[in-house]
Parts: sequence; C-alpha cells; structure tokens
Amino acid sequence: MPRSKAWFAVSVLASTAASLSSADDLRSPESFSSTGNQAERSRAIFIEAARVLQHPRCLNCHPAAVRPTQGEDLHPHSPLVVRGIDDRGATALRCTTCHGAANFAASGVPGHPLWHMAPREMAWQGKSLAQICEQIRDPRHNGGRTLAQIHEHVARDSLVGWAWRPGGSREPAPGTQEEFGALIAAWIESGAVCPVGQ
Amino acid sequence: MTISLNINGKTREFSGDPDTPLLWVIRDDLGLTGTKYGCGIAQCGACTVHVDGVPLRSCSSPVATMPGRAITTIEGLSSRVAKAVQKAWIELDVAQCGYCQSGQIMSAVALLEKKAKLSDRDIDLGMAGNICRCATYQRIRAAIHLASKRLASGDPP
Repeated sequence: MPRSKAWFAVSVLASTAASLSSADDLRSPESFSSTGNQAERSRAIFIEAARVLQHPRCLNCHPAAVRPTQGEDLHPHSPLVVRGIDDRGATALRCTTCHGAANFAASGVPGHPLWHMAPREMAWQGKSLAQICEQIRDPRHNGGRTLAQIHEHVARDSLVGWAWRPGGSREPAPGTQEEFGALIAAWIESGAVCPVGQ
Repeated sequence: MTISLNINGKTREFSGDPDTPLLWVIRDDLGLTGTKYGCGIAQCGACTVHVDGVPLRSCSSPVATMPGRAITTIEGLSSRVAKAVQKAWIELDVAQCGYCQSGQIMSAVALLEKKAKLSDRDIDLGMAGNICRCATYQRIRAAIHLASKRLASGDPP
C-alpha cells in the first residue's frame, strides 16, 4: 500500500475510534442532548443503559425459569440450583452453600453478602428491550418500586454493583455503576419512555 | 496470622494465609481427613461441612471468614438425624467407592434437619450439588427416605 494511503487508513481508523465509545464505556446522558425530541432522547438513553441490563453479569441472575445461568454465554448454572421459595436456593443447596460474602480467587466462585436471584416477576432473559423496560416501570414487576427507588436501586445497591466487580475472568458490565445510575436518572427525567418493538 | 476456629466443638488454631480454603485447614493442618477434596471449585460437594448448622463447600470458603462460627465435619456429626442417616446408609449399603460419601452425608443430614418429610424432588434438588461418580444416587435417595421414615416414627436411630 502506498504510504499516503496507509496514513489515510490509519487516520480514519483513529478518528473513528475517537468518536465512538469503546465496548466497555457507557455514553453520558449529555451526549444525547441533540437526540431528537424528548421521547426519542429518553428511548435512546434507555437503550444505552440496557447495555448493562442485558449484560451477562445482570441477565444470569434474572432468568425466566427457576435455574440461574452463568458465564458470558448464559449457560445453565452448574451445579443444578433452583430459586426455591425465596430466590436463594433449595433446602440444603442454598446460594450461600457455595457463594460467600466476597469473590474467592482460590475457587473462582463469585460472592457477595446478599447473593441471590432476582424474583421470577423480574425475569429479563428472553424478553425484548421494550418488555424489560415496561417491567422496570411496572411496580408489579419491579419489587413495588417507584421510579425514584429504581434509580436508587441501580445506582447504590451493592449487589447490583457487583456487576462491575465480578472478579476472576468474568467480564464486568459496561461503564461504571455511577455512569449507569446517571443514565437511568436521565431516562426517568426525560419521561421514562420505553423503546417500541425492540 | 493466627485464626481461632471452633471445629466439632473444640477450639483449634490455624496460623497462615487467611485466604486459605477451609478445606485445606481441616485436612492438612488439623488432620480431619474425612472431608474430601474433589474439585476445589465448588462443583462436586465432596468437601461439604456444616457451618452454623448449614452446609458449606469448604473448598470455596476462606478460613478468615470462620472465627466465631461453629464448624462441623463428618467426624463431628452426632445428632439424632445424623445417626439415622448413618444407620440408613449402612443398611442400604449406599457407598460404592465412597469418596463422595462424607459430602453426601453432610448434605443429607442438613436436608433432614431442615425438612423432616421429603419428596423425591426435595431430595434431588437439595442433593444436586453432590456428585457421585459411581452413580449411587438411587441408593442415596432411598437412604434419605429411610432415615426420614425412621425419624418420623420416633424409633431410636
């Protein structure tokens, strides 16, 4: 390749990289300021926030069935565990049988003091983005929370925060919990509009 | 660092890395080898002990989290339920190679301590984390049912 063409290719790639956020980053709410009208902006912000909601670190414990999944590919949890009556496992095979209060490098088992599955009504696996969004707004599917409480939950809850500190070779959720919280706050402020048909 | 542990009702000391899995302390430092190493990643259940009365995979539990908690290994089981399980295990000749059996018994006892009357599904789900490469699952299930029946009848184990 002639030198001038090579320089052109490099400069195009560099400028493209600079204008796009990386897969690990989250866009800020401000970056949506020129996006359409308020409803379109709200939808766009939710879609960005959904990169966290639909990340394996979140989806694995929001299964549609009784068994959680694990890994980046959402394969069935091994060993076979079920949510039980309190989303913390079966009798004698509780989440805490294996999951301690913190990630444990020696065994590779992740941990948190509140380790448990999301309730069945908060299942996200197999749901469209629009359906997940509607569930998050619906107190029957969000643990009876107001939108303000939803923001508090995603921005401050320490088990939610584990998604950014998963330990081992597990990929963290995109961005940071603070950035995710800012996106959800901006989505709520802009009317909490849900995507349609996505 | 010295860590004080309550194991089978006795106070024992461990000096070493606080991130050491409890399993290694139990087996290598304290010589209680009834608890087995199977996988080291909480996948097989061979290392199951009771901590404050509930089953725990000792391979996945740092010893630093154990002070102030009551640890029971297979050597320390002595409750009425444990005796009923032991008797049923012998009567039905459950073990084949036996390697996984101390973990199986620890989980079975914990299951029966929590729920006296068990369905097949209760047993299957409660014992799903304990793997047996000899596939003695049918005898394990039958022995748990037998122990449950004996305990319910009030017979001395």
